[in-house]
Amino acid sequence: MANDKTSMQLVANGILKENPIFRLALSMCPAVGISTTVMNGFMLGIAVLFVQVCSSVTISMVKNLIHPRIRIPTYTLTIATWVTVIDMVLAAYLPEAYAKMGIFVKLIVAFAIITMRLEMFACKEPVGASFWDGLGMGLGFMIGMMTIGLVRELLGSGAILGYDVLGFKPLLFFILPCAGFFVVGLMMAFFNYIEVFYKRKKGFTS
Amino acid sequence: MNLSRIRLIAIVALFCSFLPGLVHGADLISQQSFGEKNEIVLKFAAEVDKLKAGNINNYTVFEEQDPDIRLELVSATPNYAGTAVSLRFKEPLNTAHTHIVTVKNLGGVEKATATVSQSYLGYLFSILISALLINNFVFTKYLGLCVFFGTSKRKTTAKGMGVVFTLVIVASATMSWFFFNFILIPYNLNFLEIVVFIGLVSLTVQAVDTILRKVNPILFNSFGVYLVLVIANCVIIAVPLMMANNKYNFYETFMLALGAGGGFLLALYLMSSVSERMQLARIPPTFKGLPIAFIVAGQFAMAFLGFSGLKIF
Repeated sequence: MANDKTSMQLVANGILKENPIFRLALSMCPAVGISTTVMNGFMLGIAVLFVQVCSSVTISMVKNLIHPRIRIPTYTLTIATWVTVIDMVLAAYLPEAYAKMGIFVKLIVAFAIITMRLEMFACKEPVGASFWDGLGMGLGFMIGMMTIGLVRELLGSGAILGYDVLGFKPLLFFILPCAGFFVVGLMMAFFNYIEVFYKRKKGFTS
Repeated sequence: MNLSRIRLIAIVALFCSFLPGLVHGADLISQQSFGEKNEIVLKFAAEVDKLKAGNINNYTVFEEQDPDIRLELVSATPNYAGTAVSLRFKEPLNTAHTHIVTVKNLGGVEKATATVSQSYLGYLFSILISALLINNFVFTKYLGLCVFFGTSKRKTTAKGMGVVFTLVIVASATMSWFFFNFILIPYNLNFLEIVVFIGLVSLTVQAVDTILRKVNPILFNSFGVYLVLVIANCVIIAVPLMMANNKYNFYETFMLALGAGGGFLLALYLMSSVSERMQLARIPPTFKGLPIAFIVAGQFAMAFLGFSGLKIF
């Protein structure tokens, strides 16, 4: 059962090889719904990172006590507890950012990515490895959200982190809520294109 | 002889039963309704003095459940003939509540009262339509996307998932309402809402799973796969949270859950119809799979923007 990967490999795996947004295509709701600015993506990324790491470690610690038949409800309740914690912390210390994210912080409880990592990784591996895996997945989610936010903010309102960079607004359409679908779709196609391009360059036939 | 007496009594009784209506009709205010967001329109039975009708001090308006809070008027504009007046308020009105309007010193009557309310059935129906089309959970609130893209490949899958989802969401939202109103609120345990709601959802899913397995194994074989997916759907937890936020009553909660489930079914069915066609189309290799699905969903979202502003009642 022991994992032969080092901690850094586990983190890198979450960020690149199994990126939750672009590779596994899980937890798409916030990626489409509130990724209009980099800051929004960063805030929700922090919340998801916290919940993912805490619940991975918790489940990994008690994995031998959980009866296999009730494992899914156990995961859900563990996640719900940590979501309640981060929800109350954000509401108390960062009320403005919390108001922007709206209902999505509470909805972390239903994000498929967290349950999936608990089911696939944390319930089999030791605490340390689970911690690094959770960290990698959380960071991967955060980076994905911030990338989408960057594209939408830069092309939609010509700004980064609220500072006007371009001085004009290239594609105002991108800031509209329904453009989230288009941005994510086009970015996925773009990453696919890069992959195909590199494979061809190396001489693979795919 | 006897028959004609009965007929007489019947006619008198009928006349008497209409009397209140006639008296009501003789009242100063003949018709009242909500106008725009912050407007109430009154129609008068007779022509009134326009100067007096335009004075906002002649009107007092309050919601039926808080008679102490007078709503602040901004203007009262009578129409040209002096048979109607439009009252404008500082803040938008909550049209779900009954409003009571009192008019003083107008048209020779010292005081006239009218109650303005929306038909409750119409209000419930508007919640349903709103959750179904105007605020469709998938296309305008961007919730439940993981399951949406996973199960919208084929029509049969889409229908199965939609139906199972609607059943589970109605059951769990109803239970959440009972728990929220009879346990969480009385004992001040509001901070536990996430844990309780998600727990109830898992419980419902587990219960449906067990019952269906015993009662109807054939149905279980075709629908059982989707039950696990229901739990990973954001909509199922968003509905109880919205119920708690808006303090909906039982019927409103039921309608919201039904609308959310129906909206999800509608979205899945639309998307799967397109997906089946897309299998025949020649799509560039980099767009195959998820990217093109996202772009189609974006086009649906734009189409659903057309429903915003739809008002039936």
